[in-house]
Amino acid sequence: MKAIVTVIGKDKPGIIAAVSGMLAGHNINIEDISQTVLQGNFTMIMLVSMDRSRLSITELSEATSALSHEVGVEIHVQNEEIFNAIHKI
Amino acid sequence: MLSKNEILETVNMVRQEHFDVRTITMGISLLDCIRGDAESTAQAAYEKICRRAEKLVSVGEELSAEYGVPIVNKRISITPASLITSGFRGKEPEFARWLDRAAKETGVDFLGGYSALVHKGMTPSEENFLRSIPQVLAETEKICSSVNIGSTRAGINMDAVRMVGELIMETAALTADRSAFGCAKFVAFCNAVEDNPFMAGAFHGVGEGDCVIHVGVSGPGVVHHAIRQIPDADLMTVAETVKKTAFKITRVGQLIATEAARRLGAEQGIVDLSLAPTPVMGDSVGHILEEMGIETVGGHGTTAALALLNDAVKKGGTMASSRVGGLSGAFIPVSEDIGMIQAAGKGVLTLSKLEAMTAVCSVGIDMVAIPGDCTAATVSAIIADEAAIGMVNNKTTAVRVIPVPGKKVGDFVEFGGLLGSAPIIAVKPSSAERFIARGGTIPAPIHGNKN
Repeated sequence: MKAIVTVIGKDKPGIIAAVSGMLAGHNINIEDISQTVLQGNFTMIMLVSMDRSRLSITELSEATSALSHEVGVEIHVQNEEIFNAIHKI
Repeated sequence: MLSKNEILETVNMVRQEHFDVRTITMGISLLDCIRGDAESTAQAAYEKICRRAEKLVSVGEELSAEYGVPIVNKRISITPASLITSGFRGKEPEFARWLDRAAKETGVDFLGGYSALVHKGMTPSEENFLRSIPQVLAETEKICSSVNIGSTRAGINMDAVRMVGELIMETAALTADRSAFGCAKFVAFCNAVEDNPFMAGAFHGVGEGDCVIHVGVSGPGVVHHAIRQIPDADLMTVAETVKKTAFKITRVGQLIATEAARRLGAEQGIVDLSLAPTPVMGDSVGHILEEMGIETVGGHGTTAALALLNDAVKKGGTMASSRVGGLSGAFIPVSEDIGMIQAAGKGVLTLSKLEAMTAVCSVGIDMVAIPGDCTAATVSAIIADEAAIGMVNNKTTAVRVIPVPGKKVGDFVEFGGLLGSAPIIAVKPSSAERFIARGGTIPAPIHGNKN
């Protein structure tokens, strides 16, 4: 299963390291990544594959929610299907 | 690959625009639960509900976490209870208590379907059933009730309308200590639909399958945000923008409906394309109309703006779902919509204007608090007016009014949670006693005879 991880918050050093480190620790592969500063906000979007991870997407959400408090950014994890449903016909 | 903008647009729908799936409602047929006595029937119904809906709440939470979209309510609708209890007169409240227990056991927010369909006539057992409604609404927590009193094919059963007015006053009196909260769990319908996932009017029609998943979407905040981006656009552009937004919202509903049905082993039912507001700022249908250019919702132009909105929601949503149903359109529940609450407080949004609005949107006079000293005949007359609009226009209309004992026009009443709060709105002082006392039937309109 593929998921989209979105990270939004105030820019500071170490955000990418913290998020990608956590994903690697759970054997989640990053297939695509883009990062930018939008309206003063650090914004990172990652397409990740969970096929080799033991975590379910719900568990990943819980893990990112803990990390989001630690790093001070918003992290959203969503099944890729919802984006396809909305934007692809 | 999805573009960055597409992804952020979706993320922001939830983050900033209050997008949610308002409800996953499991419709359960109880026709196979009828036994030889009331007790065994109630137990069979309890067991079937608990079995079929055992995982409804957990699957709802799972889907919510997985897709990152809040699913606010998980609900159950059942076969109209009057059909199940018809052989057991006097045992209706006991049956309702079993239903309430089942709702609590499964952890759902509400269970709808303590209902009767009496649009053409009423059996003695249905009359008895109707008389049990105030007690049931006062004694149970999760049970919602509805009565269909008219249809385009049958006309309006004015004997039922008279009775329902009395039942609403009785419910208000029995729940006076809770601001007549019992009335918030009751709807009188004309042209009730059999697959409505929204409360208080949900029931599982006899034409439905054994166990069906319906989904009601929401999203006034998302539509409001989209219109805010085009402050100077003409109304055709506004309509196109609403259509596109409704399409996106409904695609999420369709996805959730498919997945929920699969995981729960139930048949996939309909997606209800409704704009259902909440009392939170930024989630108001009233504010959408104001964003379109009406200074205060309820002012002149409101009906036209609402007609545009309602139609565009249907057009956009219909393309996004394989099966559309329920009420499908913009809701205007006054106490649940911060824009409507404000407009009613200013005296701009009146009962007369709300009535006009219901001719062009998907519901009726909904969550309107009225003075507690109004008469049962006045409540019946409000229901009759709404039913006439529904009957003549081939659409569903509903009345959920709350006559709050001890409260007068200008007072404020709190219901709490999604049901919100509302100023008491004036009813007309003119009496409808003689009209309502006549009883009988208002015949169906000529265009109701379509065959």
